[in-house]
Amino acid sequence: MIDELHRIAAEARTQIEGAASVDALDDAERATLGKKGSLKAFKKQLGRLEPDERKSVGQAVNEAITALEAVAADRRHDLSKAERAAQYEADRLDLTEVTTRGRAGHLHLVTQAIMELEDVFVGLGFTVAEGPEVETDFYNFEALNFPEGHPARDMYDTLYVDFGEPGRTLLRTHTSPVQVRVMQEQAPPIYSVMPGRTFRQDTADATHLPVFHQIEGLVIDRGITLTDLAGTIDRFTKAYFGGEFSSRLRPSYFPFTEPSAEFDIIRPDGSFLELGGCGMVHPNVLRNCGIDPEEFSGFAFGFGIERLANTKAGVDDMRELITNDVRFLRQF
Amino acid sequence: MKVLLSWLREFTPIPDDTDPEELGLVMGDLGMAVESMDLLGEGLDGIIVAEVLELKAHPNADRMQIVDVDTGDGEPLQICCGAFNMAVGDLVPLATVGTVMPNGMEIKRAKKRGEWSNGMLCSPVEVNLPGDAGGILILPDSLTLGDALIDALGVEADVLYDLEINPNRPDAMSVAGVARDLAARLGLPFSLPTPSVPTGSAKAADLISVEILDPERCGRFTARVLQGVTVGPSDPKIANRLTLLGMRPINNIVDVSNYVMLELGQPSHPYDLAALAARSSSGAGFRVRRAIEGESLLTLDDVERTLSDVDLLICDADDVPIGLAGVMGGADTEISEATTDVVVEMAWFERMPVAKTARRLGLRSEASARFERGCDHAAIDLAQDRFIELLGAAAGTAAEGMVDERGRLPDRTPIEVRPGRVNALLGSEFSVQEMKDLLDPIGFTTELGADGESMTVALPTYRLDSDTEVDVVEEVARMYGYARLGKTMPVSTLSGGLTRRQQERRVIRNLLAGRGLCEAAPMPFLAPGDLERAGLPGDGITITNPLVAEESVLRTSLLPGLLKSVRHNVSHRNDDIALFEIGHVFRRPSDPSAELPDEREVVAVIIAGGDATEAVAVWRTLCEGLVVPNADVANAEMPAMHPTRSAVARVEGEVVGSVGEVDPDVLEAYDIPGRVAWLEIDLDRLLAHPHGDPTYTRVSRFPSSDIDLAFEVAEGISATDVAATIETAAADLLGYVRLFDTYRGSGVADGRRSLTYAVRLQATDRTLTDAEVGDVRTRIIEAVAGAHGATLRG
Repeated sequence: MIDELHRIAAEARTQIEGAASVDALDDAERATLGKKGSLKAFKKQLGRLEPDERKSVGQAVNEAITALEAVAADRRHDLSKAERAAQYEADRLDLTEVTTRGRAGHLHLVTQAIMELEDVFVGLGFTVAEGPEVETDFYNFEALNFPEGHPARDMYDTLYVDFGEPGRTLLRTHTSPVQVRVMQEQAPPIYSVMPGRTFRQDTADATHLPVFHQIEGLVIDRGITLTDLAGTIDRFTKAYFGGEFSSRLRPSYFPFTEPSAEFDIIRPDGSFLELGGCGMVHPNVLRNCGIDPEEFSGFAFGFGIERLANTKAGVDDMRELITNDVRFLRQF
Repeated sequence: MKVLLSWLREFTPIPDDTDPEELGLVMGDLGMAVESMDLLGEGLDGIIVAEVLELKAHPNADRMQIVDVDTGDGEPLQICCGAFNMAVGDLVPLATVGTVMPNGMEIKRAKKRGEWSNGMLCSPVEVNLPGDAGGILILPDSLTLGDALIDALGVEADVLYDLEINPNRPDAMSVAGVARDLAARLGLPFSLPTPSVPTGSAKAADLISVEILDPERCGRFTARVLQGVTVGPSDPKIANRLTLLGMRPINNIVDVSNYVMLELGQPSHPYDLAALAARSSSGAGFRVRRAIEGESLLTLDDVERTLSDVDLLICDADDVPIGLAGVMGGADTEISEATTDVVVEMAWFERMPVAKTARRLGLRSEASARFERGCDHAAIDLAQDRFIELLGAAAGTAAEGMVDERGRLPDRTPIEVRPGRVNALLGSEFSVQEMKDLLDPIGFTTELGADGESMTVALPTYRLDSDTEVDVVEEVARMYGYARLGKTMPVSTLSGGLTRRQQERRVIRNLLAGRGLCEAAPMPFLAPGDLERAGLPGDGITITNPLVAEESVLRTSLLPGLLKSVRHNVSHRNDDIALFEIGHVFRRPSDPSAELPDEREVVAVIIAGGDATEAVAVWRTLCEGLVVPNADVANAEMPAMHPTRSAVARVEGEVVGSVGEVDPDVLEAYDIPGRVAWLEIDLDRLLAHPHGDPTYTRVSRFPSSDIDLAFEVAEGISATDVAATIETAAADLLGYVRLFDTYRGSGVADGRRSLTYAVRLQATDRTLTDAEVGDVRTRIIEAVAGAHGATLRG
């Protein structure tokens, strides 16, 4: 009997180990270990044996079954691994051939510059204020101490629009009208910057655009001095350009500030960039906005954004900023 | 304003060893920025006077000619020259072989296209003399051949500064004024000339009369008379200085007039006395009056000017106009070779009217630039004497006295200045004496009060820009030096930050960039017809004084600008053209009394090759990102939009924008192929609705059940509305409802379509039983059938 068992077991083993696929293994298992399989059939014969032999042969059968089950499990593992490997091979993908674009969107260079400047000034304790692009003569000039006929109005090549009384509605030539609006709406202390679009009668060329952006700062509080202006410009210079940059003020003229100044950014090599204008807010402007110049003083400063952004990015032609070629826009 | 160092030194002893560059920095620190600086007479050794003997074509070059010159020895010397402006017999500057030019270039004997060149003929720019670079400098005939150019022209080593003068510095429109500022800063003495003018027996008052009829605008009008003048060329020094400062020498009378203006800032006008006397029955005289509307005058530049009643005129004794006060003289009374007697007029005119006249007529003269800023009416006496002194013997005999009529002159009463106020604005700690020491040298002569805490400050007549305390504050700072005042930081009690709108604008930008869109910034100006071409009403507000017609209309929509941007990219065959813009649009307001146009902030998205679904998806991204509840779309036909593939974007039922595809006719007009997805949202409207306030619902931990429902509904029934009905019917058991299939065709009646929704049901507190799911399903079906006339399919 034992020999018979060994023969059947060996045959079963051959069958299981010889299965070439998971399906063939299923068949082999069924033929050997299954309910009607060869080993089960053998086991049924055990009832005819003497108890002693039955016990020993039975044990041998069970051992053989256990051993075969292990062989089958191993075989199943090997086969399914091979089958998965074949599947994976069939599924192989060369990722260097991927053509799908991971295209990110891009914010405009000027937007990025404005956001960076806003963040620097917010860090210095400023809020950000805004106003309309089409303005009245009052906000753009009159309130800023440019009375009608003032020769300094000629410094601004103003574009007027066909709205209301002729010559009274215009495209703001600077962001300064927002100063007036802020002062009218808010009592001091005021610590605000005002970025925005501005307009001049000009032809677009490499260094000029008729439509451009400025950012302007306004501080109104008790005891504000010219040295506070110089200090604030210097702090901004270091925050935006780097600690090794400094700034200086030179006398200049604007109707809405007095004393007035130009400010230069001095590079570490000693060369300088004329950045913008600034000064102590003129008492007439404070009065025009309902603020008592005896109680409060303040300063204002402003500069163009495009030139700053272009210088930093290495763009040498202003017109690139308004052409909207995606090959340009995607670089920033 | 150009100034020469040598001229400045006539007023203040600037030391010889002063570095010109350093001096330029001082001027900049005083508010007179140096735009350019030229070192004159330097590097001109080796440049000599030569005569052109013969001009010949270069055999091998069109852009060069061969010039034979004589340098005094009679021997022709061959030069190849790229300029063609000279003629045989002209005297020209020749840089001889071995000369090192001011720009560092060494002149060598060399072959140019096969022909020898033994030196270089020079343009004015190459020898640092006034003139343009376009041709060779033609020298006066009187020079001697072979002489060094600097000796022949009397060029002395000098420094020419070109200064940028701000409108609040009338004094700095003269050499003397610049010198006064420099002397004050450098601690040097400053003095004006003190001419002594002998006079003859005739009295000026007998020879000329003056009447001011508009004393508000003419504050002073003076006339001196010179008899027996010799009109001829100027003293070379005067002519040379005028040339260097950018004025063309004409004759000694006119040149001295210009010289005095450059030196002292006082314009003058010389008249031929005989011509003046001959034109009026009542003899030689001036009347200063306002022009009559429509009156005309032929000005010195030979242009007939039509005048208005704001212009101020200088008329003859018969009231016939002979000059435009402060702006330009008339042609009829000009000095000529034949002039023997001259009337020199010097006046003071009110600033603003001169500015207005000059601007209106587009006539900006050196004189008007000075009158506009404010001339020094007190300096006229000196200027008149200086005029005569500079003419020398050519002046003939000056008649005794000066006719001097006065109108209203600016009030120059000294003002009180609070020293505490000066320090409070400057952040300084100057003593009153220190302030006085800064102010006195520039004529703001300061009297200190006995209490030591008050000052009375004189207002110089050459600083009409200054008349208030804060003007004096600025002068203290300027003379001390802005840079020396130091730097402090204000102490703010406020915290900085962005407003909600500013933060949301950044959110929008990031959401759109996250969808792969690039931010564009087209010019906001449109050409006439652009709006119509984009299918929009042509009702944009126009610019009244555009530089070019293409930039004369304000946009009412971002569409035309973005279509142009797409067109640009298409024409360059760029791919993935997907842009967005946030910008202002301008429309006529519905309220006719509004002070300003209806200006709104708008966001727009344009995707070339994209269809309406992409536009809707971007709209949903915005709403999700900004947390806008109750946002949807409703099919609609709109200008500029595709007639059957467009919708309005709505929030709580209010239209906030348009979404879909651009009208194919518009795309054709812009020559853009394919579909173009478009979204334009009025941010002011959108963000006026409640948003940005997420309501939290706990995520269910219980299993969900899915049911699919296919409804047959009529075309025209909004799929969104059907979904809304499902949502309402499922109430708080709804997980989601999604339209996942639409079908038209066999099995569905004509004019109807099948909409299949996937509905997920889920409770937050329990597992739904089959019975509950069945109930909800029935409720949904009944609701949709009832609300939309739908039938359940399959």
